Amino acid sequence: MSKLLIENVSKSFGKNQVLQDMSLTVSDGEFVSILGPSGSGKSTLFRLIGGISLPDSGSIYLDDAKINGQRGSISYMPQSSSLFPWRTILKNVLLGAELNGKIDEDKAVNMLERAGLKGYEHAYPHQLSGGMKQRVSFIRALLSPQAFMCLDEPFSALDEFTRVDMQKWLLNVWTEYQRSILFVTHHIEEAIFLSDRIIVLSQRPATVKKEFVIPFERPRREELLLTEEFLRFKKGVYDALVE
Amino acid sequence: MKKLLSKGWRPLLVIILLIICWEVVCHLFDIPDWLLPAPSDIFEESIGGWGSYSHHIFSTVQLAVIGFLVGTSVGVLVAICLHLIPFLREAFYPLLIISQNIPVIVSAPLLIIWFGFGMLPKVIIITLVCFFPITIAALDGFRQTNRELMHFMQMAGANKRQIFWKLEWPHALPALFSGLKISATYSVMGAVISEWLGANKGIGVYMTLASSSFRTDRVFVAIVLVIILSLLFIGCIVYAEKLVIRWKPKGEGNANE
Repeated sequence: MSKLLIENVSKSFGKNQVLQDMSLTVSDGEFVSILGPSGSGKSTLFRLIGGISLPDSGSIYLDDAKINGQRGSISYMPQSSSLFPWRTILKNVLLGAELNGKIDEDKAVNMLERAGLKGYEHAYPHQLSGGMKQRVSFIRALLSPQAFMCLDEPFSALDEFTRVDMQKWLLNVWTEYQRSILFVTHHIEEAIFLSDRIIVLSQRPATVKKEFVIPFERPRREELLLTEEFLRFKKGVYDALVE
Repeated sequence: MKKLLSKGWRPLLVIILLIICWEVVCHLFDIPDWLLPAPSDIFEESIGGWGSYSHHIFSTVQLAVIGFLVGTSVGVLVAICLHLIPFLREAFYPLLIISQNIPVIVSAPLLIIWFGFGMLPKVIIITLVCFFPITIAALDGFRQTNRELMHFMQMAGANKRQIFWKLEWPHALPALFSGLKISATYSVMGAVISEWLGANKGIGVYMTLASSSFRTDRVFVAIVLVIILSLLFIGCIVYAEKLVIRWKPKGEGNANE
């Protein structure tokens, strides 16, 4: 069980207000994407959820417990893979677990194998391609003891082909583990393809502008991306974003 | 070995040419031995005089190694303290710089006045010379810790200790090794200087005796010994670096991705 509730959160740096009265929820097992123009305070929102900075007002609850300023409540996958170059792949995916005590090496080996990374357990990150590194980074987040996952534009640095592959892979893994995910992106198609729900943010100061519930059934296939309904839906989201 | 030869033949050639010129000039102008001995004379002395200096080598090596180990430990400890406690860093950083502005030639006699002619003042001298490059290198390494990795550690809820040992320390290791290489050569020099100022054994002593009795060939033997020892020390550090830092991609210096 893990659900996130953000209630009327505001944050400003000096005179520069970044978040204004933002409220959103992620239910248990739900995949929610946050879509917004760059510089709209998506990273700030993650810093607040991660407890690195404190909101000026409002509260953040995880499973009904207030986590304002409490670090390490969520598992996190950053924009760049942020693998530790001196750790082998196996040691890298175990890092989150290592910080909080319980290491399950067999499970890690098993997960790496299922992610198509068999034989790379003892390789170093610089030997892997961009897509592989992101997979490792995601497994690291999965193996962290915190159930709620925050993904910060994880595929933004990948080329289009790798990106679609990674999205399909992520959906597969997610269906298998059914974790609650908050996913930040500025890629509309990606958001629709992956999520149950999309939250569109406004320009600074960011606030929730509109919400979309994605009507497409799961499991979703790549062909969906080119259907009439998908494109129409995409247009709707796009209009809400630029409005 | 092949790689060493293919890369190292240029400097080797330069050195050989230099020695040949030196030899020729000495014979051509008939320079007296006490002024500038020919390389062949120096070579002869280094072979024939082995018995007269071999025991000095051991003494200097021992001193340099002890001094290096103490200096390194002090350097690393100082760096860790200054890094983890910002207040100390502000307070002591200027003092660190000042400690390097006092010439060893001035501080060494003082240390001998205070601590006598034993091992202690010599180790202190080497430590003074050695710790600085290590402290500065390690501090830089700590400070340049990759921000993205730091951000991840904070989001993951790592405490200060975990951040230090799992991120900052391994991240600073390559920088630390640069410092170690500098200190390794300094430690041999420091040992020789400290022996100069008062000792009964060591390359420094051998050198002083040689120069005061105009045995210039022996002075050069001492110089060659110092060079060889320094190179050996650096070689050890480079080897240790290779053992410790295995994760760097080959053929490039920057592994910060």
